[in-house]
Amino acid sequence: MKAAIDNSAVDRFKARAAEEGLLDVAYATTDSPFGPLLLAKTRRGLVRVGLPNQDADLLLADLATRVSPRVLEAPAELDEARHELDLYFEGKLDRFGLPLDWQLSGGFRQRVLRHINRIPYGQTRSYTEMARKAGNERAVRAAGTACGSNPIPLVVPCHRVLRTGGALGGYGGGLPMKQALLEMEGVLDGSPGS
Amino acid sequence: MTALPPFQTVLDEHSPAVMAVLRGAVGRDGAEDCFQETFLAALRAYPKLGDASNLRGWLLTIAHRKAIDHHRADGRKPVPIAEPAELAAPDAAPAPDEGLWAAVGALPPKQRAAVALRYGSDLPHSEIAAALGCSPEAARRSLHEGLKRLRKELA
Repeated sequence: MKAAIDNSAVDRFKARAAEEGLLDVAYATTDSPFGPLLLAKTRRGLVRVGLPNQDADLLLADLATRVSPRVLEAPAELDEARHELDLYFEGKLDRFGLPLDWQLSGGFRQRVLRHINRIPYGQTRSYTEMARKAGNERAVRAAGTACGSNPIPLVVPCHRVLRTGGALGGYGGGLPMKQALLEMEGVLDGSPGS
Repeated sequence: MTALPPFQTVLDEHSPAVMAVLRGAVGRDGAEDCFQETFLAALRAYPKLGDASNLRGWLLTIAHRKAIDHHRADGRKPVPIAEPAELAAPDAAPAPDEGLWAAVGALPPKQRAAVALRYGSDLPHSEIAAALGCSPEAARRSLHEGLKRLRKELA
């Protein structure tokens, strides 16, 4: 059958593309308790996580422009990332070992996100603290924007950053998702007003 | 300059047509190797592509070069532009006709592809149009112009 032949030809092409160092951005979709996630990596590491409420086509077009147009669906390349995320959602992983590619963030934003990346599982920090750590305590709004611009959510845990006083603040995947993640990690006990 | 789409999109939209053209040009067995070579060459060159407005034409040009390379490497005589009935038996040894193949190879990409699809794969005009990504009228024109040029070259 034509379709079957084409699929194996395409798979073989992608395997050779990877061998020849031409697979600049590999992506795959994976399931999560919140819906499908888009995962993308370069040879350096995980470069992008798309949340369920985000448009996958726009995300891929953005990667083609900002990273490389050599963007191919290649689920095998994302096996490690998918496995760690599965374990995280099952409550069996509290620290991601995946290499990360920070190229989509720069300057102050990257500094903020790298500090966020060190917030331990089950803990939170405030936007003010993250602004201070990144070198400008008064840039609280900018720290909030940096969180919002996080290209690698879930793995880089911007969901662990709250407003001073404990209000949730914002979240790219929507506040219900932020709430659910913090409950899952045991930060919130799930009762109203927590 | 329009941004380049992700290469996956190029693959999704054009791999069936490229495979169809390659099957017409080199037969089913050689087509898969040529498919690999075509898309690897395309992927390699892709970031430097200045104009993404005719990706299918670009891919078919690469595909035809790979088909010619395949015939050369294979050492066999090229597939002739024969009557459809002669192509019905897949094991029939093709008659040598290097001059004809060279002339087909020298045609511009759309004409070359139209001739290969009509006489190599025996596709009707509507399917040639689908493979080339153009209207049936445009496919008929490409075929007509290709044959006209071949007749002139080989007269």
